[in-house]
Amino acid sequence: MSHHIIQVNNLKYKYPDGREALNGVTFRITHGESIGIVGANGAGKSTLLMHLVGVLFPDEGEISVGDVPVTKKTLPVIRQRVGMVFQEPDDQLFMTTVYDDVAFGPRNYKLPEEEVEKRVKSSLDTVGILHLKDRPPYKLSGGEKRAAAIATVLAMNPDILVMDEPTSALDPKSRRRLIMLLQSFTHTKIIATHDMDMVFELCERTIILQDGKVITDGPTAKILSNVELMEECGLELPLGLQGCPVCGTK
Amino acid sequence: MPNLVESLYNIRILDELAEKRTIIHNIHPLMKVLTTGVYLMVTVSFGKYELSGLLPLIFYPVVLITLADIPIVPIFKRVLLVLPLIIGIGLFNPLFDKNPMIVLPWIQISGGWISFFSILIKGFLTILAALILIATTGMTRIASALRIMRIPRLFIMQLLLTYRYISVLIEEVGRVVRAYSLRSPGEKGIRFSNWGSLTGQLLIRTLERAQRVYHSMCCRGFAGEYNVGREKGMGIGDIVYFVGWSLYFVIIRYFNIPAMIGSLMMGVGK
Ligand SMILES: Nc1ncnc2c1ncn2[C@@H]1O[C@H](COP(=O)(O)OP(=O)(O)O)[C@@H](O)[C@H]1O
Ligand SMILES: [Mg+2]
Repeated sequence: MSHHIIQVNNLKYKYPDGREALNGVTFRITHGESIGIVGANGAGKSTLLMHLVGVLFPDEGEISVGDVPVTKKTLPVIRQRVGMVFQEPDDQLFMTTVYDDVAFGPRNYKLPEEEVEKRVKSSLDTVGILHLKDRPPYKLSGGEKRAAAIATVLAMNPDILVMDEPTSALDPKSRRRLIMLLQSFTHTKIIATHDMDMVFELCERTIILQDGKVITDGPTAKILSNVELMEECGLELPLGLQGCPVCGTK
Repeated sequence: MPNLVESLYNIRILDELAEKRTIIHNIHPLMKVLTTGVYLMVTVSFGKYELSGLLPLIFYPVVLITLADIPIVPIFKRVLLVLPLIIGIGLFNPLFDKNPMIVLPWIQISGGWISFFSILIKGFLTILAALILIATTGMTRIASALRIMRIPRLFIMQLLLTYRYISVLIEEVGRVVRAYSLRSPGEKGIRFSNWGSLTGQLLIRTLERAQRVYHSMCCRGFAGEYNVGREKGMGIGDIVYFVGWSLYFVIIRYFNIPAMIGSLMMGVGK
């Protein structure tokens, strides 16, 4: 089980244009945890997640998944363990049918076609869109696209799920469905978002990022209810913890 | 302007057509690629003044379009898109080559005009054949056929990513144009002074998007090869398809059938 641990040590990253996006980030995530990574726009959340799957490599510091350091050489192993759901489902769906898109990952790992089919069907079933398997992905609705993008990652059987703003651009019903779905997963989950209510429901632990640094790291209930801290980081309390706008009570 | 965005919506129609299941779609991709290759070679090998010999070549696209149940209008629209390029290539022939080739009592047709039409027809047929191949096979299966032919992986990846990039580019064009037209009511096109900033924006946006798509492919283990999954083996029918068409192409290359029929008729008439 040790390969579900993620260790990030003093991570620093500068974009080629000189912008320092990560400025010494350190944390450790253990097996089965659900972590919310929150922070204002531009805090460095996406940049951090890209490092976890080896799309970007740190200028300084290191990351390891289990006992394996994330380097160019270990990428195949890392990417099998860590599944990333990108912010834009459109970037993740590029084949001509939903089925082929979900099968893309398993086929790259040269699994026998029976196994591919089994995985595709079960991932599509998990996210509830098995009936859409023959549709072209670019003709799905926003919520369906998101579900398909998640299915493409599930089909890889990852131990760790990394998601970048999974609830952005979803209507309330699709958002609710997604949260229930994520709740049912037993994977280690890392979710970057500004959806405080989702973090409140899904993640027992929260890391706040600001200007590429970790501001706090601790139990969600404690952090998200700290009014000063949240305001300082340009974030809002979850609606569930805000006073009632109608009657003024908490 | 709305038509533009609307027609852009259809850019992936070739991919969608490739998902159909007809006799032609079911033929092994390698045989279709090879057949198309022979067709292209035969078509361009006709001399520049040969017009009538080209006619039997039209038979091939007609048969395929019919059997593969391909809608004609969207395919022809795409051919028309490239036609100006071919006209540009052939345009100077009538100007430079003024030797009369066909002399009829009321008109003289110069060699230039004949070679111009020959280029036009050849261009039309080759593009049509390529589009039909994509619409009946799909880019990923074409790629796997090329792989069987031992084409280096790097070239195939270039081909696939370029093909993907075109649709990404066109989609972004659609978005930019839509955003522009919403804020400039009543304008017919895009004002010239805005072209620079728009194309610059487009380039950056499409490159970034293409890069994100590529990253998400890599995250799922992409290593330069599309795997199309279950590929049916090659059967006798596939080979017959290839050999049959190739024979036909070679025969019409060496025997000018329309001319033979013509002289036959004349002979009968005498
Ligand atoms: N491709 C890029 N080139 C240069 N700077 C970038 C790039 N992507 C992001 N940045 C900058 O890095 C910082 C962190 O961005 P990002 O990780 O996307 O933040 P978040 O996801 O938290 O909104 C921002 O200031 C952003 O402007
Ligand atoms: Mg982001």
